[in-house]
Amino acid sequence: MIEITDLHKSYVMGTNTLHVLKGIDFTVNEGELVAIMGSSGSGKSTLLNILGMLDEADQGTYTLDGTLIHNLNEKIAARYRNKFLGFVFQSFNLISYKNALENVAMPLYYQGVKRNERNEKAMHYLEKVGLAEWATHLPNELSGGQKQRVAIARALASEPKVLLADEPTGALDSTTSYEVMEIIQSINDEGKTILIVTHEDDIAHMCKRIVNLKDGIIIDDSIISQVRVKATSHV
Amino acid sequence: MFNRDRWSEILEALSSNWFRTVLTAFGVLWGIFILVILLAAGKGLENGVKADFGDIATNTMFMWTQTISKPYKGLPKGRRFTYRLGDVQAIKDNVPELRFISPRNQLGGFGGSNNVVRGLNTGAFNVYGDYPEIIEQQPMDITSGRFINYGDIEEKRKVAIIGEGVKTALYGSNEDVLGTYIKINGVNFIVVGTYKKKSQGGDSEEDQKEIYVPFTSFSQAFNRGDRVGWMAITANDGSSITELKENIFDVVKQRHTIHPDDDRAIGNFDLYEQYSRIEGLFFALKLIAYFVGTLVLLSGVIGISNIMLIVVKERTKEIGIRRALGATPWAIRGQVLLESIVLTIISGMLGISLGALVIYAINKVLDANGPVDMFSNPSVDISVVISALIILIISGLLAGFIPAQNAIKIKPVDALRTE
Repeated sequence: MIEITDLHKSYVMGTNTLHVLKGIDFTVNEGELVAIMGSSGSGKSTLLNILGMLDEADQGTYTLDGTLIHNLNEKIAARYRNKFLGFVFQSFNLISYKNALENVAMPLYYQGVKRNERNEKAMHYLEKVGLAEWATHLPNELSGGQKQRVAIARALASEPKVLLADEPTGALDSTTSYEVMEIIQSINDEGKTILIVTHEDDIAHMCKRIVNLKDGIIIDDSIISQVRVKATSHV
Repeated sequence: MFNRDRWSEILEALSSNWFRTVLTAFGVLWGIFILVILLAAGKGLENGVKADFGDIATNTMFMWTQTISKPYKGLPKGRRFTYRLGDVQAIKDNVPELRFISPRNQLGGFGGSNNVVRGLNTGAFNVYGDYPEIIEQQPMDITSGRFINYGDIEEKRKVAIIGEGVKTALYGSNEDVLGTYIKINGVNFIVVGTYKKKSQGGDSEEDQKEIYVPFTSFSQAFNRGDRVGWMAITANDGSSITELKENIFDVVKQRHTIHPDDDRAIGNFDLYEQYSRIEGLFFALKLIAYFVGTLVLLSGVIGISNIMLIVVKERTKEIGIRRALGATPWAIRGQVLLESIVLTIISGMLGISLGALVIYAINKVLDANGPVDMFSNPSVDISVVISALIILIISGLLAGFIPAQNAIKIKPVDALRTE
């Protein structure tokens, strides 16, 4: 599904050049649930941004679902993002003046899906994360866990190939973190490829594979036995 | 592009900070208001000044004789000459672009002694010998009876059309005018019509104190033979009398043995030239109105541009999220542009409406207080409104362009990092 070889990325900061990624080789197959770990500054978010086409690598190749991602102009990048990828962010990044349903429907809006169909689909995904009755609420009327679940529903709405989550539980307490992870696991069970950037061990171990980054290179990449989240009751 | 979602997005964005939106909109409203008012004021001035011309055919000149100033073919300078009826025909034959050539003769005039008698009443009036065409060149309303016709000309009838001013001077208030006789320089004329001229300004009273009689009767009654006092010449609509008048002068000079370069022999007053000058003045005035109005509008537009920049800045993160969700640069740009255009057009429309309202009020006041010299009926026509709208759309686009460009320059990754 994802194949990157010899990926380099550096940021120029004034006169200094910060070499963040120093040659990453990395493959993800369909249906995998991968945790990318590492301390801050290890380059894990940069890697995810490049995978998400939010940023571009300086060197190396990136193939997503058989498509070489290379020299994208913004228009094509936008289309690929919309078609291939779903994003979940640490700070949820919901649009504050739109209600839960409208937030979830947004990627579909950019796909040009008709209004009725869009709302229907969005409702379906809200149900899936257990928030159907919160559909007309604005983000500031939701708890952190609920917000993240809306964000996950939004990421799923466009039916992406890959879900990219940047510290999805970073802003949540452990109970809600586990709720979110439970949803992520169940989505993965349905066959969706998911990449999670995290620095929390327990979260990482709820995935099927852990990739450890340090100073811009992969120091460890191992399949682990997944810890299933206990089926806690939803809010 | 103009679906319901887009509109609701725009409404949401504009209504998220009402006070700011209204203040911003006011800049454009004010600009277009000033533009409309300036144009309307210019138009009012123009209407007022042009009303002084009345309905006079403006493509007209008046031509009379003066002293010849150059010796020619053995004839000395300082001679006097007189137009003859033959000149009229000759001009007609040689200058086909002319619409009317009215030879005229005149009795009385400014400061003249009493020349018209009716019973015990006497008065000093201008008496003109005219052809029927003069009514096309110097329009007047026939308030009763009729004007001169060609029957009068051919049969040299001694008929007279008198102005309302003449009527008041010579007749009692309930007296019948038509069919009565007045004595002009001792010759009886029967009154067949009365007229009223619409002109305003200083001459308006004098204009009602004129008497028109057929040219031929005039010539016979007052011993003018085939002499012509002066001429009123109107060109066809397509051509300008200012350009044609040299040709006319040439014909006259040739017939009266005048040096071709003698510019003083023929006096003329070119109404069209005067009129063109005024037209030019008002064109310049309109240009200034557009210039000033557009500049004021520009400051409003800059206001909108500024606010849109702030809006983009505020919504950097939102734009980043949208980009991450698959919004193309054009979707973002279109959103910003549309917001700015909608804001510009709505406030512009309000400004135009406000301007129209003020103009309406001014017209009401003007109507109520009677005519004001040099100013009447300020108005803007639909073409001005349309051009104002076009200016608005263009300025809305311009106002949104830089902010929109800014919005898509933000990289999604940077936008998302903004907390």
